[in-house]
Amino acid sequence: MSEFTFLFRGRKTSWSPEELQKHYETWVAWFKELNAKGHIKDPGHPLENVGKVVQGKQKVVNDGPYAEAKDIVGGYMLIEADDLVHAVEISKGCPILEVGGSVEVRPVQKLNM
Amino acid sequence: MVAALTRVFGVHNLALAEDVVQEAFCRALEVWRVRGAPQNPSAWLMATAKNCALDALRRERTARTFAPELGRLLQTEWTVAPLVEELFGTNAIKDDQLRMMFSCCHPRLSEEAQVALILHILCGFSVDEIASAFVSSHAAIEKRIARAKKALEKSKRLFDVAIAAEFTARLPAVHRALYLLFNEGYHGASPEAAVRVELCREAMRLTAMLLEHPLGTTSATYALAALMCLNASRLPARVDAAGNLSSLFDQDRSQWDQELVSEGLKLLELSATGSELTGYHIEAAIASIHACALRTEGTDWETIVSLYDTLMAIRPSPIVALNRAIAVAQNEGPERGLEEIRSITERDRLAAYPFYSAALGELEFRRGRRETAREHFRAALALARNPMERRFLDQRVSACEG
Repeated sequence: MSEFTFLFRGRKTSWSPEELQKHYETWVAWFKELNAKGHIKDPGHPLENVGKVVQGKQKVVNDGPYAEAKDIVGGYMLIEADDLVHAVEISKGCPILEVGGSVEVRPVQKLNM
Repeated sequence: MVAALTRVFGVHNLALAEDVVQEAFCRALEVWRVRGAPQNPSAWLMATAKNCALDALRRERTARTFAPELGRLLQTEWTVAPLVEELFGTNAIKDDQLRMMFSCCHPRLSEEAQVALILHILCGFSVDEIASAFVSSHAAIEKRIARAKKALEKSKRLFDVAIAAEFTARLPAVHRALYLLFNEGYHGASPEAAVRVELCREAMRLTAMLLEHPLGTTSATYALAALMCLNASRLPARVDAAGNLSSLFDQDRSQWDQELVSEGLKLLELSATGSELTGYHIEAAIASIHACALRTEGTDWETIVSLYDTLMAIRPSPIVALNRAIAVAQNEGPERGLEEIRSITERDRLAAYPFYSAALGELEFRRGRRETAREHFRAALALARNPMERRFLDQRVSACEG
Protein backbone atom coordinates (compact mmCIF):
# COMPACT_ATOMS: atom_id res chain seq x y z
CA MET A 1 0.00 0.00 0.00
CA SER A 2 1.22 3.46 -0.88
CA GLU A 3 -0.04 6.88 -0.01
CA PHE A 4 -1.36 9.38 -2.49
CA THR A 5 -2.63 12.91 -2.20
CA PHE A 6 -5.71 13.99 -4.06
CA LEU A 7 -5.74 17.70 -4.84
CA PHE A 8 -9.16 18.93 -5.86
CA ARG A 9 -9.44 21.89 -8.20
CA GLY A 10 -12.13 23.97 -9.81
CA ARG A 11 -15.08 23.87 -7.52
CA LYS A 12 -18.21 25.29 -9.00
CA THR A 13 -18.95 28.55 -7.19
CA SER A 14 -22.59 29.44 -7.82
CA TRP A 15 -25.02 26.96 -6.39
CA SER A 16 -28.66 26.93 -5.53
CA PRO A 17 -29.22 25.58 -2.02
CA GLU A 18 -30.79 22.39 -3.43
CA GLU A 19 -27.87 21.85 -5.82
CA LEU A 20 -25.42 22.34 -3.00
CA GLN A 21 -27.29 19.90 -0.77
CA LYS A 22 -27.34 17.31 -3.52
CA HIS A 23 -23.69 17.86 -4.27
CA TYR A 24 -22.75 17.39 -0.60
CA GLU A 25 -24.71 14.19 -0.51
CA THR A 26 -22.65 12.82 -3.38
CA TRP A 27 -19.50 13.69 -1.43
CA VAL A 28 -20.82 11.87 1.63
CA ALA A 29 -21.65 8.85 -0.49
CA TRP A 30 -18.20 8.86 -2.07
CA PHE A 31 -16.48 9.24 1.31
CA LYS A 32 -18.53 6.44 2.75
CA GLU A 33 -17.52 4.18 -0.10
CA LEU A 34 -13.81 5.01 0.23
CA ASN A 35 -14.00 4.70 3.99
CA ALA A 36 -15.66 1.30 3.79
CA LYS A 37 -12.94 0.08 1.45
CA GLY A 38 -10.25 1.44 3.76
CA HIS A 39 -8.80 3.87 1.24
CA ILE A 40 -8.91 7.00 3.38
CA LYS A 41 -5.65 7.70 5.17
CA ASP A 42 -6.61 11.23 6.14
CA PRO A 43 -9.88 12.75 4.97
CA GLY A 44 -8.37 16.24 4.75
CA HIS A 45 -10.61 19.28 4.39
CA PRO A 46 -12.10 21.53 1.74
CA LEU A 47 -10.38 24.92 1.54
CA GLU A 48 -11.75 28.44 1.25
CA ASN A 49 -11.12 30.24 -2.02
CA VAL A 50 -9.29 33.12 -0.33
CA GLY A 51 -5.92 33.25 1.39
CA LYS A 52 -2.43 34.76 1.32
CA VAL A 53 0.70 33.74 -0.51
CA VAL A 54 4.04 34.21 1.20
CA GLN A 55 7.01 34.35 -1.18
CA GLY A 56 10.80 34.64 -1.24
CA LYS A 57 13.45 35.41 1.27
CA GLN A 58 11.81 38.75 1.85
CA LYS A 59 8.67 36.86 2.81
CA VAL A 60 6.48 39.09 0.71
CA VAL A 61 2.83 38.56 1.51
CA ASN A 62 0.29 38.79 -1.28
CA ASP A 63 -3.40 38.13 -1.53
CA GLY A 64 -3.84 34.84 -3.18
CA PRO A 65 -4.01 32.33 -4.53
CA TYR A 66 -3.90 34.34 -7.74
CA ALA A 67 -4.64 31.56 -10.18
CA GLU A 68 -7.90 31.40 -12.08
CA ALA A 69 -10.83 29.84 -10.28
CA LYS A 70 -10.33 26.55 -12.07
CA ASP A 71 -6.73 26.35 -10.86
CA ILE A 72 -7.36 27.02 -7.20
CA VAL A 73 -6.88 24.02 -4.96
CA GLY A 74 -10.25 23.59 -3.31
CA GLY A 75 -9.34 20.80 -0.95
CA TYR A 76 -7.19 17.78 -0.33
CA MET A 77 -7.22 14.29 1.09
CA LEU A 78 -4.77 11.49 1.67
CA ILE A 79 -5.62 8.05 0.40
CA GLU A 80 -4.06 4.62 0.34
CA ALA A 81 -3.87 2.61 -2.86
CA ASP A 82 -1.80 -0.20 -4.39
CA ASP A 83 -0.13 2.05 -6.97
CA LEU A 84 -0.67 5.16 -9.06
CA VAL A 85 -2.96 3.32 -11.49
CA HIS A 86 -5.13 2.17 -8.62
CA ALA A 87 -5.16 5.64 -7.06
CA VAL A 88 -6.25 7.17 -10.37
CA GLU A 89 -9.00 4.58 -10.62
CA ILE A 90 -10.22 5.57 -7.14
CA SER A 91 -10.17 9.27 -8.03
CA LYS A 92 -12.58 8.69 -10.89
CA GLY A 93 -15.46 8.42 -8.41
CA CYS A 94 -14.90 11.95 -7.14
CA PRO A 95 -18.02 14.13 -7.39
CA ILE A 96 -15.93 17.16 -8.36
CA LEU A 97 -15.50 15.63 -11.82
CA GLU A 98 -19.25 15.96 -12.32
CA VAL A 99 -19.13 19.74 -11.84
CA GLY A 100 -16.21 20.64 -14.08
CA GLY A 101 -13.41 20.19 -11.56
CA SER A 102 -10.29 18.03 -11.59
CA VAL A 103 -8.41 15.70 -9.28
CA GLU A 104 -4.66 15.76 -9.24
CA VAL A 105 -3.27 12.46 -8.02
CA ARG A 106 0.21 12.66 -6.49
CA PRO A 107 2.18 9.89 -4.81
CA VAL A 108 3.44 10.92 -1.39
CA GLN A 109 7.22 10.96 -1.36
CA LYS A 110 8.78 9.05 1.48
CA LEU A 111 12.09 10.49 2.62
CA ASN A 112 14.52 7.95 3.94
CA MET A 113 16.30 9.83 6.62
CA MET B 1 -32.73 13.37 20.31
CA VAL B 2 -30.21 11.77 22.64
CA ALA B 3 -30.56 8.59 20.60
CA ALA B 4 -29.71 10.43 17.38
CA LEU B 5 -26.82 12.25 18.97
CA THR B 6 -25.42 9.08 20.46
CA ARG B 7 -25.44 7.66 16.97
CA VAL B 8 -23.35 10.65 15.92
CA PHE B 9 -20.96 10.78 18.85
CA GLY B 10 -20.69 7.09 19.62
CA VAL B 11 -22.07 5.32 22.65
CA HIS B 12 -18.91 6.01 24.66
CA ASN B 13 -19.76 9.72 24.42
CA LEU B 14 -23.25 9.37 25.87
CA ALA B 15 -22.55 12.19 28.31
CA LEU B 16 -21.55 14.51 25.47
CA ALA B 17 -24.78 13.66 23.65
CA GLU B 18 -26.77 14.59 26.73
CA ASP B 19 -24.78 17.81 27.15
CA VAL B 20 -25.58 18.79 23.59
CA VAL B 21 -29.30 18.23 24.13
CA GLN B 22 -29.08 20.30 27.28
CA GLU B 23 -27.30 23.04 25.37
CA ALA B 24 -29.93 22.98 22.66
CA PHE B 25 -32.68 23.37 25.24
CA CYS B 26 -30.87 26.25 26.92
CA ARG B 27 -30.37 28.06 23.63
CA ALA B 28 -34.01 27.48 22.79
CA LEU B 29 -35.18 28.95 26.07
CA GLU B 30 -32.95 31.98 25.68
CA VAL B 31 -34.19 32.75 22.21
CA TRP B 32 -37.82 31.94 22.94
CA ARG B 33 -37.84 34.24 25.92
CA VAL B 34 -36.79 37.14 23.73
CA ARG B 35 -38.65 36.34 20.51
CA GLY B 36 -41.44 34.10 21.71
CA ALA B 37 -41.81 30.42 20.91
CA PRO B 38 -41.70 29.54 17.21
CA GLN B 39 -44.63 27.94 15.43
CA ASN B 40 -43.00 24.55 15.29
CA PRO B 41 -40.96 24.24 18.49
CA SER B 42 -39.84 20.66 17.97
CA ALA B 43 -38.47 21.38 14.49
CA TRP B 44 -36.73 24.43 15.85
CA LEU B 45 -35.26 22.39 18.67
CA MET B 46 -34.10 19.71 16.27
CA ALA B 47 -32.36 22.28 14.08
CA THR B 48 -30.70 23.81 17.13
CA ALA B 49 -29.55 20.41 18.35
CA LYS B 50 -28.11 19.77 14.91
CA ASN B 51 -26.10 22.98 15.10
CA CYS B 52 -24.97 22.25 18.64
CA ALA B 53 -23.89 18.81 17.50
CA LEU B 54 -21.87 20.30 14.66
CA ASP B 55 -20.22 22.74 17.05
CA ALA B 56 -19.38 19.94 19.44
CA LEU B 57 -17.98 17.79 16.65
CA ARG B 58 -15.72 20.60 15.46
CA ARG B 59 -14.68 21.56 18.97
CA GLU B 60 -13.93 18.05 20.15
CA ARG B 61 -12.71 16.59 16.90
CA THR B 62 -9.06 16.48 17.93
CA ALA B 63 -9.67 15.49 21.54
CA ARG B 64 -12.08 12.59 21.09
CA THR B 65 -12.99 9.78 18.82
CA PHE B 66 -16.60 9.56 17.74
CA ALA B 67 -18.80 6.74 16.51
CA PRO B 68 -16.20 4.33 15.09
CA GLU B 69 -18.22 3.42 12.03
CA LEU B 70 -18.55 7.09 11.09
CA GLY B 71 -15.29 8.34 12.57
CA ARG B 72 -13.55 9.42 9.39
CA LEU B 73 -16.61 11.10 7.98
CA LEU B 74 -17.12 13.17 11.11
CA GLN B 75 -13.52 14.37 11.25
CA THR B 76 -13.58 16.28 8.03
CA GLU B 77 -15.39 19.32 6.76
CA TRP B 78 -15.94 17.48 3.51
CA THR B 79 -18.73 15.48 5.03
CA VAL B 80 -19.49 16.45 8.61
CA ALA B 81 -22.34 18.91 7.95
CA PRO B 82 -24.23 16.87 5.34
CA LEU B 83 -23.72 13.73 7.42
CA VAL B 84 -25.21 15.30 10.55
CA GLU B 85 -28.07 16.51 8.34
CA GLU B 86 -28.59 12.96 7.14
CA LEU B 87 -28.43 11.48 10.65
CA PHE B 88 -31.14 13.85 11.84
CA GLY B 89 -33.57 12.82 9.13
CA THR B 90 -36.92 11.42 10.32
CA ASN B 91 -36.19 7.87 9.30
CA ALA B 92 -32.70 7.99 10.72
CA ILE B 93 -34.06 9.14 14.08
CA LYS B 94 -36.45 6.21 14.18
CA ASP B 95 -33.61 3.82 13.42
CA ASP B 96 -31.56 5.45 16.14
CA GLN B 97 -34.29 4.97 18.72
CA LEU B 98 -34.53 1.33 17.78
CA ARG B 99 -30.77 0.98 17.93
CA MET B 100 -30.74 2.65 21.33
CA MET B 101 -33.53 0.41 22.56
CA PHE B 102 -31.52 -2.66 21.65
CA SER B 103 -28.36 -1.15 23.11
CA CYS B 104 -30.15 -0.52 26.41
CA CYS B 105 -31.05 -4.20 26.60
CA HIS B 106 -27.41 -5.19 26.89
CA PRO B 107 -27.04 -8.62 28.53
CA ARG B 108 -24.60 -7.19 31.05
CA LEU B 109 -27.33 -4.95 32.47
CA SER B 110 -29.97 -6.17 34.88
CA GLU B 111 -33.56 -6.05 33.65
CA GLU B 112 -34.34 -3.22 36.06
CA ALA B 113 -31.40 -1.23 34.77
CA GLN B 114 -32.50 -1.84 31.18
CA VAL B 115 -35.98 -0.52 31.86
CA ALA B 116 -34.67 2.49 33.77
CA LEU B 117 -32.27 3.30 30.97
CA ILE B 118 -34.96 3.02 28.30
CA LEU B 119 -37.19 5.34 30.29
CA HIS B 120 -34.41 7.83 30.78
CA ILE B 121 -32.82 7.90 27.34
CA LEU B 122 -35.69 6.98 25.02
CA CYS B 123 -38.70 8.32 26.85
CA GLY B 124 -37.04 11.37 28.36
CA PHE B 125 -38.22 10.60 31.90
CA SER B 126 -36.44 12.46 34.66
CA VAL B 127 -34.73 10.59 37.47
CA ASP B 128 -37.54 11.68 39.80
CA GLU B 129 -40.24 10.36 37.51
CA ILE B 130 -38.48 7.02 37.20
CA ALA B 131 -37.93 6.89 40.95
CA SER B 132 -41.62 7.44 41.53
CA ALA B 133 -42.57 4.83 38.92
CA PHE B 134 -40.37 2.23 40.61
CA VAL B 135 -41.16 3.37 44.16
CA SER B 136 -37.49 3.98 44.70
CA SER B 137 -35.44 6.89 45.91
CA HIS B 138 -33.96 9.54 43.66
CA ALA B 139 -30.46 8.56 44.76
CA ALA B 140 -30.98 4.85 44.09
CA ILE B 141 -32.30 5.44 40.58
CA GLU B 142 -29.60 7.96 39.83
CA LYS B 143 -27.00 5.40 40.82
CA ARG B 144 -28.68 2.67 38.81
CA ILE B 145 -28.79 4.84 35.69
CA ALA B 146 -25.23 6.09 36.11
CA ARG B 147 -23.94 2.55 36.46
CA ALA B 148 -25.94 1.38 33.47
CA LYS B 149 -24.66 4.25 31.36
CA LYS B 150 -21.11 3.45 32.26
CA ALA B 151 -21.64 -0.17 31.25
CA LEU B 152 -23.19 1.01 27.99
CA GLU B 153 -20.34 3.40 27.29
CA LYS B 154 -17.88 0.58 27.71
CA SER B 155 -19.58 -1.42 25.01
CA LYS B 156 -17.90 0.96 22.49
CA ARG B 157 -20.45 0.81 19.74
CA LEU B 158 -24.18 1.00 19.53
CA PHE B 159 -26.09 -2.10 18.72
CA ASP B 160 -26.28 -2.64 14.97
CA VAL B 161 -29.89 -3.36 14.08
CA ALA B 162 -28.88 -4.23 10.53
CA ILE B 163 -27.23 -7.49 11.56
CA ALA B 164 -30.12 -9.95 11.44
CA ALA B 165 -28.61 -12.61 13.67
CA GLU B 166 -27.82 -10.16 16.49
CA PHE B 167 -31.20 -8.49 16.17
CA THR B 168 -33.00 -11.80 16.51
CA ALA B 169 -30.80 -12.88 19.40
CA ARG B 170 -31.48 -9.76 21.42
CA LEU B 171 -35.14 -9.36 20.52
CA PRO B 172 -36.40 -11.49 23.47
CA ALA B 173 -34.55 -9.24 25.93
CA VAL B 174 -36.14 -6.18 24.29
CA HIS B 175 -39.58 -7.83 24.51
CA ARG B 176 -38.97 -8.58 28.15
CA ALA B 177 -37.93 -5.01 28.96
CA LEU B 178 -40.97 -3.57 27.17
CA TYR B 179 -43.20 -6.09 28.92
CA LEU B 180 -41.80 -5.07 32.31
CA LEU B 181 -42.18 -1.42 31.39
CA PHE B 182 -45.82 -1.95 30.52
CA ASN B 183 -46.53 -4.00 33.63
CA GLU B 184 -44.84 -1.45 35.81
CA GLY B 185 -47.41 0.99 34.49
CA TYR B 186 -50.31 -1.44 34.68
CA HIS B 187 -49.83 -3.26 37.97
CA GLY B 188 -46.95 -1.23 39.29
CA ALA B 189 -46.55 -0.06 42.79
CA SER B 190 -46.40 3.63 42.05
CA PRO B 191 -48.28 5.95 44.35
CA GLU B 192 -48.89 8.28 41.42
CA ALA B 193 -51.48 7.03 38.98
CA ALA B 194 -50.68 9.53 36.26
CA VAL B 195 -47.12 8.35 35.82
CA ARG B 196 -48.30 4.80 35.42
CA VAL B 197 -50.52 5.38 32.40
CA GLU B 198 -47.59 7.19 30.87
CA LEU B 199 -45.42 4.10 31.30
CA CYS B 200 -47.98 1.96 29.50
CA ARG B 201 -48.17 4.47 26.68
CA GLU B 202 -44.39 4.58 26.27
CA ALA B 203 -44.16 0.78 26.24
CA MET B 204 -46.83 0.71 23.53
CA ARG B 205 -45.08 3.39 21.49
CA LEU B 206 -41.76 1.52 21.57
CA THR B 207 -43.44 -1.78 20.74
CA ALA B 208 -45.16 -0.16 17.77
CA MET B 209 -41.75 1.05 16.64
CA LEU B 210 -40.48 -2.50 16.83
CA LEU B 211 -43.30 -3.53 14.52
CA GLU B 212 -42.14 -1.02 11.93
CA HIS B 213 -38.83 -2.83 11.52
CA PRO B 214 -38.86 -5.82 9.16
CA LEU B 215 -36.91 -7.95 11.62
CA GLY B 216 -39.11 -6.82 14.50
CA THR B 217 -42.38 -8.11 13.07
CA THR B 218 -42.19 -11.53 14.68
CA SER B 219 -45.16 -13.38 16.06
CA ALA B 220 -43.89 -12.69 19.60
CA THR B 221 -43.82 -8.92 18.96
CA TYR B 222 -47.36 -9.04 17.61
CA ALA B 223 -48.43 -11.01 20.68
CA LEU B 224 -46.76 -8.51 23.00
CA ALA B 225 -48.41 -5.61 21.21
CA ALA B 226 -51.78 -7.39 21.36
CA LEU B 227 -51.35 -8.01 25.08
CA MET B 228 -50.59 -4.34 25.68
CA CYS B 229 -53.56 -3.09 23.64
CA LEU B 230 -56.02 -5.51 25.25
CA ASN B 231 -54.88 -4.78 28.78
CA ALA B 232 -54.64 -1.05 28.13
CA SER B 233 -58.23 -1.08 26.88
CA ARG B 234 -59.27 -1.64 30.49
CA LEU B 235 -57.21 1.22 31.87
CA PRO B 236 -60.04 3.80 31.75
CA ALA B 237 -62.11 1.58 34.06
CA ARG B 238 -59.41 0.57 36.51
CA VAL B 239 -60.09 3.62 38.59
CA ASP B 240 -63.73 4.53 39.19
CA ALA B 241 -65.27 7.99 39.28
CA ALA B 242 -64.42 8.41 42.97
CA GLY B 243 -60.76 7.69 42.27
CA ASN B 244 -60.91 4.19 43.74
CA LEU B 245 -59.28 1.10 42.33
CA SER B 246 -61.83 -1.13 40.67
CA SER B 247 -61.28 -4.87 40.29
CA LEU B 248 -61.86 -6.64 36.98
CA PHE B 249 -65.10 -8.07 38.38
CA ASP B 250 -66.59 -4.71 39.31
CA GLN B 251 -65.37 -2.56 36.45
CA ASP B 252 -67.78 -0.54 34.36
CA ARG B 253 -67.12 -2.43 31.15
CA SER B 254 -68.76 0.24 28.99
CA GLN B 255 -65.68 2.34 29.75
CA TRP B 256 -63.31 -0.11 28.13
CA ASP B 257 -61.62 1.39 25.12
CA GLN B 258 -63.18 -0.47 22.20
CA GLU B 259 -60.69 0.93 19.72
CA LEU B 260 -57.85 -0.63 21.64
CA VAL B 261 -59.81 -3.87 21.94
CA SER B 262 -60.24 -4.20 18.18
CA GLU B 263 -56.63 -3.16 17.59
CA GLY B 264 -55.53 -5.80 20.10
CA LEU B 265 -57.66 -8.50 18.52
CA LYS B 266 -56.21 -7.65 15.12
CA LEU B 267 -52.69 -7.90 16.48
CA LEU B 268 -53.51 -11.17 18.21
CA GLU B 269 -54.61 -12.56 14.88
CA LEU B 270 -51.35 -11.41 13.30
CA SER B 271 -49.41 -13.12 16.09
CA ALA B 272 -50.89 -16.49 15.20
CA THR B 273 -48.29 -17.33 12.59
CA GLY B 274 -45.36 -19.70 12.79
CA SER B 275 -44.76 -22.29 15.45
CA GLU B 276 -43.57 -20.00 18.23
CA LEU B 277 -45.83 -19.87 21.27
CA THR B 278 -44.78 -17.39 23.92
CA GLY B 279 -46.16 -16.32 27.26
CA TYR B 280 -47.21 -13.11 25.52
CA HIS B 281 -49.47 -15.12 23.22
CA ILE B 282 -51.19 -16.78 26.16
CA GLU B 283 -51.54 -13.61 28.18
CA ALA B 284 -52.93 -11.78 25.15
CA ALA B 285 -55.40 -14.62 24.58
CA ILE B 286 -56.56 -14.40 28.21
CA ALA B 287 -56.92 -10.62 27.90
CA SER B 288 -58.92 -11.08 24.70
CA ILE B 289 -61.43 -13.31 26.47
CA HIS B 290 -61.93 -10.67 29.15
CA ALA B 291 -62.20 -7.98 26.51
CA CYS B 292 -64.92 -9.85 24.66
CA ALA B 293 -67.02 -10.62 27.75
CA LEU B 294 -69.75 -8.05 28.28
CA ARG B 295 -70.20 -9.09 31.91
CA THR B 296 -68.06 -10.93 34.46
CA GLU B 297 -70.61 -13.74 34.53
CA GLY B 298 -70.43 -14.07 30.76
CA THR B 299 -66.69 -14.73 30.83
CA ASP B 300 -65.49 -18.03 29.42
CA TRP B 301 -63.63 -19.07 32.58
CA GLU B 302 -63.07 -22.60 31.42
CA THR B 303 -60.96 -21.45 28.48
CA ILE B 304 -59.15 -19.01 30.73
CA VAL B 305 -58.23 -21.79 33.15
CA SER B 306 -56.88 -23.93 30.32
CA LEU B 307 -54.88 -20.96 29.00
CA TYR B 308 -53.40 -20.52 32.46
CA ASP B 309 -52.51 -24.23 32.39
CA THR B 310 -50.53 -23.62 29.20
CA LEU B 311 -48.92 -20.52 30.69
CA MET B 312 -47.89 -22.54 33.75
CA ALA B 313 -46.29 -25.05 31.40
CA ILE B 314 -44.18 -22.52 29.49
CA ARG B 315 -43.61 -19.82 32.10
CA PRO B 316 -44.52 -21.03 35.57
CA SER B 317 -44.62 -18.55 38.44
CA PRO B 318 -46.53 -18.27 41.71
CA ILE B 319 -48.40 -15.22 40.39
CA VAL B 320 -49.56 -17.10 37.31
CA ALA B 321 -50.65 -19.94 39.59
CA LEU B 322 -52.56 -17.48 41.77
CA ASN B 323 -54.37 -15.99 38.78
CA ARG B 324 -55.17 -19.50 37.61
CA ALA B 325 -56.65 -20.32 41.01
CA ILE B 326 -58.84 -17.22 40.84
CA ALA B 327 -60.11 -18.30 37.43
CA VAL B 328 -60.82 -21.79 38.81
CA ALA B 329 -62.81 -20.20 41.62
CA GLN B 330 -64.89 -18.26 39.07
CA ASN B 331 -65.61 -21.46 37.24
CA GLU B 332 -66.03 -24.00 40.04
CA GLY B 333 -66.67 -21.96 43.16
CA PRO B 334 -64.57 -20.43 45.95
CA GLU B 335 -63.78 -23.75 47.68
CA ARG B 336 -62.06 -25.13 44.62
CA GLY B 337 -60.21 -21.82 44.24
CA LEU B 338 -58.92 -21.99 47.80
CA GLU B 339 -57.81 -25.57 47.23
CA GLU B 340 -55.87 -24.46 44.18
CA ILE B 341 -54.23 -21.61 46.09
CA ARG B 342 -53.22 -23.98 48.87
CA SER B 343 -51.54 -26.26 46.35
CA ILE B 344 -49.37 -23.53 44.82
CA THR B 345 -45.74 -24.45 45.17
CA GLU B 346 -43.49 -21.64 46.31
CA ARG B 347 -46.54 -20.05 47.92
CA ASP B 348 -44.25 -18.28 50.36
CA ARG B 349 -42.93 -16.13 47.52
CA LEU B 350 -46.37 -14.51 47.35
CA ALA B 351 -46.29 -13.51 51.00
CA ALA B 352 -45.37 -9.89 50.30
CA TYR B 353 -47.82 -9.51 47.42
CA PRO B 354 -50.95 -7.73 48.71
CA PHE B 355 -53.24 -9.34 46.16
CA TYR B 356 -52.38 -12.81 47.39
CA SER B 357 -53.93 -12.12 50.78
CA ALA B 358 -56.67 -10.13 49.06
CA ALA B 359 -57.53 -13.14 46.87
CA LEU B 360 -57.74 -15.41 49.92
CA GLY B 361 -59.96 -12.82 51.58
CA GLU B 362 -62.22 -12.55 48.53
CA LEU B 363 -62.76 -16.31 48.29
CA GLU B 364 -63.36 -16.74 52.02
CA PHE B 365 -65.81 -13.83 51.82
CA ARG B 366 -67.68 -15.53 49.00
CA ARG B 367 -68.15 -18.71 50.93
CA GLY B 368 -69.45 -16.70 53.84
CA ARG B 369 -66.55 -16.91 56.26
CA ARG B 370 -66.40 -13.19 56.91
CA GLU B 371 -64.21 -13.38 60.00
CA THR B 372 -61.41 -15.23 58.15
CA ALA B 373 -61.89 -12.99 55.13
CA ARG B 374 -61.41 -9.92 57.26
CA GLU B 375 -58.12 -11.24 58.64
CA HIS B 376 -56.84 -11.80 55.10
CA PHE B 377 -57.91 -8.34 53.96
CA ARG B 378 -56.22 -6.86 57.02
CA ALA B 379 -53.00 -8.68 56.13
CA ALA B 380 -53.28 -7.37 52.56
CA LEU B 381 -53.90 -3.86 53.84
CA ALA B 382 -50.64 -3.97 55.77
CA LEU B 383 -48.83 -4.73 52.52
CA ALA B 384 -50.59 -2.13 50.36
CA ARG B 385 -48.15 -0.09 48.31
CA ASN B 386 -50.11 3.08 47.63
CA PRO B 387 -53.14 5.01 48.84
CA MET B 388 -55.34 3.59 46.12
CA GLU B 389 -54.62 0.01 47.11
CA ARG B 390 -55.10 0.97 50.75
CA ARG B 391 -58.51 2.51 50.08
CA PHE B 392 -59.56 -0.50 48.05
CA LEU B 393 -58.58 -2.98 50.75
CA ASP B 394 -59.98 -0.78 53.49
CA GLN B 395 -63.37 -1.05 51.83
CA ARG B 396 -63.08 -4.83 51.64
CA VAL B 397 -62.31 -4.99 55.37
CA SER B 398 -65.38 -2.85 56.06
CA ALA B 399 -67.50 -5.05 53.82
CA CYS B 400 -66.60 -8.04 56.00
CA GLU B 401 -67.77 -6.19 59.06
CA GLY B 402 -70.99 -4.90 57.52
